[in-house]
Amino acid sequence: MDKTQNNKAWFLVLPVLVVVAFSAILPLMTVVNYSVNDTFGNNEFFWAGLEWFEEMVTSDRLHEALGRQILFSAIILAIEVPLGIYIALNMPKSGAWASLCLVLMALPLLIPFNVVGTIWQIFGRVDIGLLGHYLAELGIDYNYTNDPVDAWITVVVMDVWHWTSLIALLCYAGLQSIPNAYYQAARVDQASRWAVFRYIELPKMQGVLLIAVLLRFMDSFMIYTEPFVVTGGGPGNSTTFLSIDLVKMAIGQFDLGPAAAFSIMYFLVILLVSWVFYTVMTNLDKEEGR
Amino acid sequence: MAQITLKNLAHSYLAQPKAEADYALKEMDHVWQNGGAYALLGSSGCGKTTLLNIISGLLRPSQGRVLFGDQDVTEAETTARNIAQVFQFPVVYDTMTVRENLAFPLRNRGMDAAYIKARVGQIAAMIGMEATLDRKARGLTADAKQKISLGRGMVREDVNAILFDEPLTVIDPHMKWELRTQLKQLHREFGHTMIYVTHDQTEALTFADKVVVMYDGRVVQMGTPEELFETPAHTFVGYFIGSPGMNLLPASVQGNRAVVAGTEITLGASYAPPKGRVQIGVRPEYATLTNGVGLPFTLRRVEDVGRHRIIRGEVAGQTVNVIAPEGMPVGAELTHVSFAPDRTCVYADDWRVTGGPI
Repeated sequence: MDKTQNNKAWFLVLPVLVVVAFSAILPLMTVVNYSVNDTFGNNEFFWAGLEWFEEMVTSDRLHEALGRQILFSAIILAIEVPLGIYIALNMPKSGAWASLCLVLMALPLLIPFNVVGTIWQIFGRVDIGLLGHYLAELGIDYNYTNDPVDAWITVVVMDVWHWTSLIALLCYAGLQSIPNAYYQAARVDQASRWAVFRYIELPKMQGVLLIAVLLRFMDSFMIYTEPFVVTGGGPGNSTTFLSIDLVKMAIGQFDLGPAAAFSIMYFLVILLVSWVFYTVMTNLDKEEGR
Repeated sequence: MAQITLKNLAHSYLAQPKAEADYALKEMDHVWQNGGAYALLGSSGCGKTTLLNIISGLLRPSQGRVLFGDQDVTEAETTARNIAQVFQFPVVYDTMTVRENLAFPLRNRGMDAAYIKARVGQIAAMIGMEATLDRKARGLTADAKQKISLGRGMVREDVNAILFDEPLTVIDPHMKWELRTQLKQLHREFGHTMIYVTHDQTEALTFADKVVVMYDGRVVQMGTPEELFETPAHTFVGYFIGSPGMNLLPASVQGNRAVVAGTEITLGASYAPPKGRVQIGVRPEYATLTNGVGLPFTLRRVEDVGRHRIIRGEVAGQTVNVIAPEGMPVGAELTHVSFAPDRTCVYADDWRVTGGPI
């Protein structure tokens, strides 16, 4: 049978293409344009080639921000992933308590980012904040506005508070899909609690866990609002992560060229990491379906 | 290895069972002899799996005790009972190789590596999976996975009992027969107590020394295949075992006489008038078509199954099947059916009544 050739279908895709062009491709191209030109306003551009890229690649400021960023993502992943798994394992499997837990767990995820920032900004203040005040009462010298370590602790705890639920809920969903027969078989085989986790629960959670790690990595790598509201990147530059630095550079100092080059590299790094994750995940799927 | 005793055991899935109907497992006392090969036979939903899970400790009974030997294990965890159980659907540990899967129960007991290696080799040979030992279990076919599950069930030599919960459902017929033979052989070799749940009578009768028939949460009869065939203790056993099952006809019984739809027939024993709903039961194998002796019979159809023929018909509106030997002519002159008197059983309210000498 001959296949009918009909290219009219392409017209149906057109609206999407237009929307994507205006929402993503054109703005991105504008950034590309800024990254290879120097401009002094008035829509006048002077060709700068790869100058901004070279400057950014060798910039100490960017290296430091990148270092802080990687450290931050590493710390929150190292805390949130095990903690999320631990919570998921201990959540009730069914009944009214399960529903209550789910709602409570979902709450932090529903709060707008800047509100989360504001909550912790006030919560941690030594003068009026519940946390800051009582820490001071206990004689602990805590002040996130002038101690870099305190600032880091605050930002990390805030992120853990905000996002551990996501990992816990994803893992919980993964755990719920394990048929009871597996647990029964493990009991019959006299498996220890650790063996049950290692050979039954972890393999079944693997897929969702990868997605959770990917989401948390990307989100934490791009984090802006919450630390900006709490510490504004300070004290000094101690909590200035890549996004905060980028905004400072682009809007604070109006260095549009370097900021554009910075943006593109930032974008490429995230793209690269996501691609690696995607490849790993599809390979796992293939192995599964073998 | 130990004798398993169930004392006043009953189980309900409801928190506060009131009526007897709330119990999935009605009160029972039962002893499984050490080293016996038992088949637990019954239709779906009669409580077979519930009983099995109580023995293995996956389920706590609502009442009663479970004893292994003299030891009360009612409250003991499955892990502490040292028991093997194979489930209806395959359970394998996906990330492990076939070898690791088979070794898992032994590793959990901390056996030494040389012993594990030897034992796993033995079991692999038995289930015919030596060639795939180092493959990941994920991605194997369902029957290969089920063979692994069976292997894992049999790998420990010192278990108190091995429980099989319809383990061959997903396995193809040829392999089914082979595995069943191997289970039987294993039983002879090691003498484990084995309880094999099934709803397939052929499977039960070929596997077991003793068949336990369950119906509606009750053990209705326990006996050798022959006993189940000759003297079913309950109409369900008569109906469930045999192909086709026992013929049952409402009757009134007095002495060694039974009256079925106005016609009197002779019984092999003498009965006091039984109370309740009275039926007589006779296997199709012991019914013969005649040209005038016995009960009037309306022939419906004849099925030739090769070694014999099944003649299906009616007596006073009740279905009656007769098995006739191959080659016996079936003609229009055969208008009656007669039953062998000493093979005719009497049931009151579905339970068999034993008769005295005439």
